[in-house]
Amino acid sequence: MERRTIFSGWLLPVVLVLPQLALTVVFFLWPAGQAIWSSMTRTDAFGIRTMFVGLENFSDLFTDPLYLDTIERSVFFCAAVAALSMGVALVLASAADREIRFRGLYRVLLVWPYAIAPAVAAVLWILLLHPQIGLIGRWLNSIGIPWDYKLNDTQAMLVVILASAWKQVSYNFIFFLAGLQSIPRAIIEAARMDGARGFFRFRTVVLPLLMPTVFFLLVVNLVYAAFDTFATIIALTDGGPGKATETLVVKVYRDGVVNLDIGSSSAQSVVLMAGVIVLTALQFRFLGRRSGGG
Amino acid sequence: MASLVLENLRKNFGAVAVLHGIDLAMASGEMLVIVGASGCGKSTLLRLVAGLEVPTGGRILLDGSDVAPLDPAERDIAMVFQNYALYPHMSVFDNMAYGLRIRGVAKDAIRTRVDSAAEMLGLTPLLMRKPRQLSGGQRQRVAMGRAIVRQPKLFLFDEPLSNLDAKLRVQMRAEIRRLQRRMAVTSLYVTHDQVEAMTLGDRLLVLHQGRPVQLATPMEVFENPANTYVAGFIGAPSMNLFPAALSHGGTAAVFSPGQVIAFTDGRRPGADGRKLILGIRPEHVAIDPAGMELQIDLIEPLGSETVVIGRLPDGELFSVKLPGAAPAGESMAVSIPAAHLHVFDAETGLRLDPAG
Ligand SMILES: Nc1ncnc2c1ncn2[C@@H]1O[C@H](COP(=O)(O)OP(=O)(O)OP(=O)(O)O)[C@@H](O)[C@H]1O
Ligand SMILES: [Mg+2]
Repeated sequence: MERRTIFSGWLLPVVLVLPQLALTVVFFLWPAGQAIWSSMTRTDAFGIRTMFVGLENFSDLFTDPLYLDTIERSVFFCAAVAALSMGVALVLASAADREIRFRGLYRVLLVWPYAIAPAVAAVLWILLLHPQIGLIGRWLNSIGIPWDYKLNDTQAMLVVILASAWKQVSYNFIFFLAGLQSIPRAIIEAARMDGARGFFRFRTVVLPLLMPTVFFLLVVNLVYAAFDTFATIIALTDGGPGKATETLVVKVYRDGVVNLDIGSSSAQSVVLMAGVIVLTALQFRFLGRRSGGG
Repeated sequence: MASLVLENLRKNFGAVAVLHGIDLAMASGEMLVIVGASGCGKSTLLRLVAGLEVPTGGRILLDGSDVAPLDPAERDIAMVFQNYALYPHMSVFDNMAYGLRIRGVAKDAIRTRVDSAAEMLGLTPLLMRKPRQLSGGQRQRVAMGRAIVRQPKLFLFDEPLSNLDAKLRVQMRAEIRRLQRRMAVTSLYVTHDQVEAMTLGDRLLVLHQGRPVQLATPMEVFENPANTYVAGFIGAPSMNLFPAALSHGGTAAVFSPGQVIAFTDGRRPGADGRKLILGIRPEHVAIDPAGMELQIDLIEPLGSETVVIGRLPDGELFSVKLPGAAPAGESMAVSIPAAHLHVFDAETGLRLDPAG
């Protein structure tokens, strides 16, 4: 039943995919190749000589307690961001799924944060949380809670988690809302007739039917938290105080661009790349199975 | 078992009035079938009773107490949905047990109740399957089972058989009737299938544009339809209806050029010339060589019977149901036996019974 146009020869297909191919090569394969290459080299302290060291950068990395700390911190950060943004989005989507007044307006407003650039969002959060000029920051200090995320490790982590999660709520909200609306009304009504109410109904009927969406968003959010929060973290805390908010990407940047340890930084990029590939493969397999298997 | 009383039950969706005051009293254990054209408010009525919609006005008395302000969870009513609405992620057993678990029924009591319901419905070998591994008919049974195990005060059915094929529908219809009798649970059943309506209900409620037009036993509705709407709606093929006028001092009617038909059951009120609608069911039309000529348009052989659709001399559409095979030829002569005549007032559409 599928309609297909068959081209003979190979010239046209090649010409058609060439632009995409060129982009992939120039912006992905080339730099990735360079990263892999430089992850196996080491440059001397004066930046004059570069030598090949094989996998030594990697073995150094995984025996470096500082790097292991960063991994641990990143895992915590990613999990917290994913949990917070998905949790909040799910609550909001459940509310928007009901018959409420101004539903349309509510939905539009909830989608806005997604359109805000990370650096701009970070400035908004600074204006709220800065200990001297921030609305909330000043208020906290005035009621006797010492607040300064530039000095306090825990508070710094809290701030970057909050800001990062906030930005992703919109995206999650859209998917959760779509997921909720694709659950047949009659099933929810059947549960109501069976006597299920409120959170119990949500847990036993709605959530299980929403699991595909939850899984999809989990992967997306982990990838987001691992990579796309870079700008937010740099703008808010610059990875500090000390290394308190230094996630893996921030460390790549600090080691490579700031401290010019290209070898180690490249090795870290390669590790991250492997992580993304694994997550993406997982997601593709899962989504592929869903659309294929019905 | 419970009695159900509806008092002036109304529902508006925004500015649109969908139900205009339904009054109804059902005895305990009764099965009432609601019929009506698509969009007349049947599902809305059911959903009001279920608690899935909030009434605009009126009362819903279940066993004498008003349940209108209650959540569906507190009403102890079970509903079978048209598309079954099974929980896709639960096994057949869990689908049936869900409502019982919520009510805090003990584990082994749940087992026994689900098992016996499954036994009754022939679902025992399927208890561990998921809904997607079942056929349409089996899903339908699970939906029934889910309602049965609850042993509710009231059953609501919203066109539960409309997604099944004809044969299965007949089988399930009998099964529903049997189960309902056996459990004696008061039931409201919505359908737009004629045969279901006639065979299932102790009584029939015919709805028309959100208003009840007749509430009576199926035979009563069939034999004495309250107005032209019911007359045309109940019975297949539908009753022939044609304009006429009262004559001969109310003892007869004249229709189309000059035909006179004398009433056999008494004179109708009103002056001669009062506008009437006459009705005759296709199966009651007689073949009569001395009768009117019917130009045959279409013949529908149904096996044991044949439906002939044609036109009377004045162009009026007219159908005849004959036992046996169709007549040969392009026309046939028919007459209207006065004993089977239905008489309605043309202005109000209401049935016009003999005066006095
Ligand atoms: N939620 C709603 N909002 C607005 N109008 C509604 C709503 N639900 C139903 N209606 C309207 O109310 C009327 C009755 O609907 P209902 O579903 O009760 O019809 P029905 O008799 O069950 O029809 P069918 O035989 O097609 O199922 C229809 O005109 C429908 O458009
Ligand atoms: Mg309906």
